[in-house]
Order: sequence, then structure tokens, then C-alpha cells
Amino acid sequence: MEQTILFTLNGKAMHLTADPQRMLVWVLRDDLGHTGTKVGCGAGLCGACTVLVDDEPTLSCSTPLADVVGRSVVTIEGLAKDGILHPVQQAFQEHNAFQCGYCTPGMILRACALLKKKPRATRAEILEHMEGNLCRCGAHVRIVAAIEAAGKSMGGAL
Amino acid sequence: MKRRDFFKTTGATGLFILFRNYLEAAPQLVPTRPAGYPKDFNAYLRIGGDGRVGCFVGKVEMGQGNMTSLAMLAAEELDVPLERVDMLMGDTDLCPWDGGTGGSLSIWQFGPVLCGAAAEARAVLLQMAGEHLQVPVDQLEVKAGVVSVKGAQAKQVTYGQLVQGKRIERHIAEVKLKPVSAYMLVGTPAPRKDAQEMVLGAVRFTADQRMPGTLHACIVRPPAHGATLKSVDTSAAERMPGVRVLRDGNLVAVLHASPDQARKALGLVKATFEGPPPALDDVTIRRHLASKLASGKVSVQEGDLKAAEARAATPVEAEYFNAYVAHAALEPHAALAEWKDGRMTVWAGVQAPFPVKAQVAEALKLPAKQVRIITPHIGGAFGGKAAGPQAVEAARLALKAGAPVQVVWDRREEFFLDTFRPAAVVKIRSGLDPAGRIAFWDHAVSGTSDREAEIGYEIPAKRVSSTGDGGDLGTTVSGLHPFPTGAWRAPGANTNVFARESHMDLLAARAHVDPLAFRLRHLTDKRVIRVLEAAAERFGWVAGATPSGRGVGVACGAWRGTLVAAMAEVAVDKKTGQVRVKRVVLAQDMGVVINPDGARQQMEGAITMGIGYALSEGIRFKDGRILDENFDTYQIPRFSWIPVIDTVLVPNPDLQAQGCGEPPIVCMGAVIANAIHDAVGVRVFELPMTPERVLEAIKKG
Ligand code: FES
Ligand code: FES
Repeated sequence: MEQTILFTLNGKAMHLTADPQRMLVWVLRDDLGHTGTKVGCGAGLCGACTVLVDDEPTLSCSTPLADVVGRSVVTIEGLAKDGILHPVQQAFQEHNAFQCGYCTPGMILRACALLKKKPRATRAEILEHMEGNLCRCGAHVRIVAAIEAAGKSMGGAL
Repeated sequence: MKRRDFFKTTGATGLFILFRNYLEAAPQLVPTRPAGYPKDFNAYLRIGGDGRVGCFVGKVEMGQGNMTSLAMLAAEELDVPLERVDMLMGDTDLCPWDGGTGGSLSIWQFGPVLCGAAAEARAVLLQMAGEHLQVPVDQLEVKAGVVSVKGAQAKQVTYGQLVQGKRIERHIAEVKLKPVSAYMLVGTPAPRKDAQEMVLGAVRFTADQRMPGTLHACIVRPPAHGATLKSVDTSAAERMPGVRVLRDGNLVAVLHASPDQARKALGLVKATFEGPPPALDDVTIRRHLASKLASGKVSVQEGDLKAAEARAATPVEAEYFNAYVAHAALEPHAALAEWKDGRMTVWAGVQAPFPVKAQVAEALKLPAKQVRIITPHIGGAFGGKAAGPQAVEAARLALKAGAPVQVVWDRREEFFLDTFRPAAVVKIRSGLDPAGRIAFWDHAVSGTSDREAEIGYEIPAKRVSSTGDGGDLGTTVSGLHPFPTGAWRAPGANTNVFARESHMDLLAARAHVDPLAFRLRHLTDKRVIRVLEAAAERFGWVAGATPSGRGVGVACGAWRGTLVAAMAEVAVDKKTGQVRVKRVVLAQDMGVVINPDGARQQMEGAITMGIGYALSEGIRFKDGRILDENFDTYQIPRFSWIPVIDTVLVPNPDLQAQGCGEPPIVCMGAVIANAIHDAVGVRVFELPMTPERVLEAIKKG
């Protein structure tokens, strides 16, 4: 059932032969070596596998490859440009917004999606937007602070 | 940093200073060296020709930030910048032996050992610099790895220049550690050394490690505890292209080059199991554990309990319960094993690489020297990765497969195979004397140990007994639990502090005394008093009898030498029983603070995790089946649950650094229970305090 699949990954055109029913996360991690995307629950319940598909936060453990055909996928590896961290990455680093770091790629990408649309997101909006991403280490307070700071640096300051 | 880079920068080319046994030289500086740490301090530190310092540490980084705090200690003692210290952790070939990471012991136990090595290194370097510059050592000073003559800065030599091309073996008998008052780096907030890799997604956890030709293995698991494999039919799975099936005794696995295909193939395996399921379930467990209370082992017996009880007014007796709690680290257990040239190398996310090395060697019947465990960053552990069953599984399969084998558990396996924090029942019988002081205290616990049953309240007669010693450290106590239990962030303490500090509030209410004042009345230990006062000040505690309707609570505890006081404010929805924690203040005296920012992170994390076991986390099980299999039914704290958190570090520079990662969690059950009681006037005696339980308590009045 393998098919030729075309999509964009971190700005580069991808051309692979794969079963379109396979979940994106495994293809990213194993076929394409992008291990920055993590698996926490494998069932759409933790957000560790969050990537951006056409700027929308998407759970790659529950997204078949077929769903990203012709679309643009961004993973944590594609966020920094020319060695310069994305403002959200920068803010996470400055706030030490992680402990073990396992949830971090998913957190950063989900936050990016929000701030791109709405750099002036309020704290309540941030909480609501991030609710589905779990962090067992309890880095939440710092993650929220980092997102607020990133929003400001992305032009959300009043 | 990747291992390869590590060697590049620390110059693994033989330009090392070699140190003799620091401990024999100055035993008074390391009073408690745990048995087993190598005596040869060359094992811990190397200084490269480029001046970089390599630190070899058998501990592992699992999110607690010890990679950074241990590097800070070495940098401080050697007088080199933190950026110049490279850490290599958890590799049994390259690092000195270590018993395992946990119990908040990294700094308390290992810190002095590392400081000792660094102090001797510095002394040797100074001696060499004195010879090189032809001045007595007492005229030298060190800044950022450069030794210079005091008052004549131009006369200088760097650590790197001193060791260039030479292999030096020296020993200095008298080595003094830096006094805390001279610390420049330790005690200042430092960013995590691994921060940049973290935000780039470049940290390679175990499941991210790859080896050409790796096969991913999915293992056939029983559906229930107590069930063993009877028959297995793998023919359908084997018809899938690329699938291999391996069997080693009871271990049956399907393997494929892609993890998702291996998982798919596992679904095609037909297996039958036999064996009687354990009779207990998540409801009956409580009476089962309670029935063992009377047979507990007595560990504390002071004063005359009977006589004191006779003098006291009506005894206050209560039974407390907590459910089994999962570790639920976000990173599942993972291991990658490679059998090559007669050696088994296993990358595994385990808290104790050296004990796991022995475990793997035993399972494979290999001499230990033929096994190497390498521990990459761990994505959270909390006690749940103390043992390394997945490392053994991967190694057994790799030996059979003739290819590297990776085992990564899925979330269902995580919940099924977890060594839960044990469920436990605590019964406390106590009473007040006519003056409103506690006359006696009888604390019996079943299911977990007696750790932290006592905080040292001044009580004339007391007794503590427990049945569960070892059950919270991973030893199976026969007949007590229906499945394996183990260490969970501050073993035993969460249970006992919940009961003890809830009971203190019961007595305070009985005495019509403010709960904080009631505690202080029974305390003489200055450190406990100070953390309570520090928390009260930051919280803005207003004295008053409980319940006050305000929804505020207090609790205090001690763990690993660290004293903790917590205050919380909650809101309770009387219609639904839903509890919202609005604010938590946590004050902590942990002795010398290595990295204040790291300490605060641990405190914030512990408060958050503590809200989980207080309000929502309890494993449901029946007939040996674990009914919670993922995060849909097993709810851990989410963004919307997080209160305003305020952490207070109570300074105590005269005390060696104590534990940090575990202590701040121990009060969370009690402080929330006490705040709920203060809000609605009813007490919940069971953890987790789910909306149903809170509602039931409200209805009962
Ligand atoms: S791994 Fe995809 S949501 Fe958890
Ligand atoms: S930092 Fe460990 S799960 Fe979030």
C-alpha cells in the first residue's frame, strides 16, 4: 500500500515512498531522523508529539501521513533559522522553562502557533491553548512566563 | 554535548592530572562517603591541555538539574568558569561507580566527594604553578583557571599550560575545601548547561538513539498481574513483511525496523495466559491494608502511652488512606542494546546505571565487565526508573537477534509495569491534655514505611509502627500489595506527612487554636520554626481557628535534611466538590543552596506534581488489571490547575547542602486537605481528594 508522498518539512520538499496510513510521528522520527518530536502517550493525550502543519499545532502521533500530503510541516528542528533561536525557543531558554525537557519541543511548537496568530495572547488564552500539553515535571509556571515573554518580543507588547 | 565532542574538548589524549586518594588524605572533609565510591579521585576529574575540566559522574540527569549544580561545585572549587566544565554522566565504562540517582542525594551525598577531588586538583595545580613561577604557593591566586602571583599579575600560568603534554601524579596530604563564605559561583542562579540543546530539541533521549540496523521490539505482555503466558501464536505477525519473532523463555517479542510496524505486528499475536488474578481491587485494598495495621513493627516508642491517654481528654482517632500513584514520567521506559565484539552496550534511561549493569550481566550470564550501560538524558523518572527491566529486555533480545534492539514501552505498558507509589493506610490515635497540648500520639501505618511519620513535635508519649518498610523502595513485601510497588518522589513521606499534618489540624480545631500557632506550640527545632515563620510571612497568614471559611491551610515536613513549610489557599465548589488550588507558598531550608534557580524549579515542580496526588491521581485496578492505561482517565496536573506559586529559600549557609528535589512535595496532600477543611468545614481523609470524595464529605457534614 506504499505510495509516493509529497510534503514540505521545515521548508524542504520531501518525497517519500511510504504507507499513507502510517502516523506522521514515526515517519518523522524513524524514516527522516527528526527525533526532536517526542512520543509520550501515542494516543493524542499528551501533546509531546506536537508539530505544526500549515501553522496549526497537530498531534503527529494521531495524524496519518495522508493528512499532510501537499502541506507544510514544521518540527522543532526547523524552528531556529541560521543558528538564531526562534523567540519562543529563546524565551524558553531564558526562563529555564523545562526540567527534563521531554515535553519541551511540543510545548514550544504549540506556543509558536498561538503567538503567530496572537502575540498579545492573554494569560488565560495561553493556559487554554496549552491545556492539552502535559508536563510531568511541573515546569508550567515557567512555560507560561516564557510564552508571555516571547509574545512581547514578537511584537505583542502594548 | 555529544560524547564525541566531550572527548574533543576535554582532550582525552592523555593530558590528565592524576590524583591519588583524596579521602585518605583528608578524611575529615568527607565524613560520610557512602560505601562503594572509588577511592581514586582520578576517576572523577580530568583537566585537559586546553584548560577544560571534564567531570565524570555516575549520577544521571533526569530533569533535576544536577548536571548543572554538580558542574557548579567543581567549577567553584577549582576556580574555573562554569562554561569550561564538561559533564559526562551515567556511563559505566567512563564514570566512577555510583549507587544510583534518587532520594535527593546527588548533591548531599556526591557533592562533597566531587568537591574533594576538585580541591585536591586545585592544590596540585597551585603547587606546580609555584614551581613553574618560582614563588611560594601562598603568594599565588587563581582566577578563571589562571594562576598568577599576587601583586604581579603578569607572572601567570594557566591550568592548561601546567598540564601540557605531561602526565602528573601527585598527592597532597592536606586539602582544605573552600569555605562557603568564599563561594563566588555556588549560590548564584545559573542557567542549565543543557538549556540550548533542550530548546532546539537536540537532546537525545534513549528512544532517540539510533544505530544502523536497529530492530524495534514490542513485547507480549499479560493482560493482568498474576497471569503468566500459557500459549502464543505468532504466525499472523510473522506473515507481515519485515517482522521477526524472538522468544527467550517467557520473553516473547516481535521485531521490525520501524517501531510502529513492530507495534502493529504485536497486535496480530494471539497469546493466552493463565493464573489466578489477585483478589484485591482499588476499593478492597483499603480494608486489606488496614487489617495489617496491628501487626506493624514498632520503630518509635517514647513515654507511657497508656498513662498519657488516660490523662488526656477524648482521644481523637482517624484513619487516612492514599491510593496507588503512578510515576507517569512523560518519557516512557526505553533501552537500546548492541552486542558487539563480546560486549553488551545498553543505552537506557535508568536512574541507577551501575546496579542495572549488574542486573543485565546477571540476566545474560556475562561477567560484569562485558556490560556497559550508557544513560542519556532521562525524560523524568521520580523513582520509576530505579530499576532497569527494559534494559534487560533489550539486552536479552539483542543477544538473540544479532542486531541492535531497541525497546520502548508504550503508555499502556508504562501504567501496567509501573512500580507504583504504594497505597497505604495510616491510623493515628491522639489526644489533648487539659492545657490543650498533645498528650500522646500513636501513628500506625500499613502499606508503606514509617519514613517521616515523626517530625519531632514535642509530645510526651508516642509510638510509631509500620508494616510496609521496603514496599516503598521496591522490595516486595509479601501479601501486602497485589503488584510491585517502589520508590516515588520522597518514599513513605507523602503518606505519613499527609496523615500527620491532617491530624495536627484535627487537634488544632479541637483545641480551637490557630493551626500555625498550634504547631509552633509543639515545636522546639529552630529550623522547622523558621521555615514555618518564613512561609507565614510570605503568605500573609492571618491567625484564626479553623475552619475559617477562607480556605487556607498549613503543613510542614522534613525530608533528607531539608525542612519544608507549605501554605495553600483553595476554592471549593460546594455543588461539584471540585477543588481549585489558588495559591501555594513553600518555604524551604535546604542548607547551602547550590543553584537557587534550580532549587526553585524543583520546588515549583514538586508543588505541581503534589497537586496531582492530592486531587486526582489514584490507580484504579480490578482482577489484576490496571484500569488506567493512559492520560485520559489518569489525570495529571495541567496548565489550568497551576496555582500562583511562591517559593522561599530560607538561608542556612552553615549547613552542608541537603536534598532538594523531593522535600518540597511531602506537604502537598496535607496542606490542601487542611485548606479544604478550612474552606468548607469538612475533612477528606482519602487521597486523591476527588470531587466525588469532597462532595461526599460535604454531604456527610
Ligand atoms: S504522543 Fe501524541 S499526544 Fe501524546
Ligand atoms: S520538563 Fe519534564 S515533562 Fe515537561
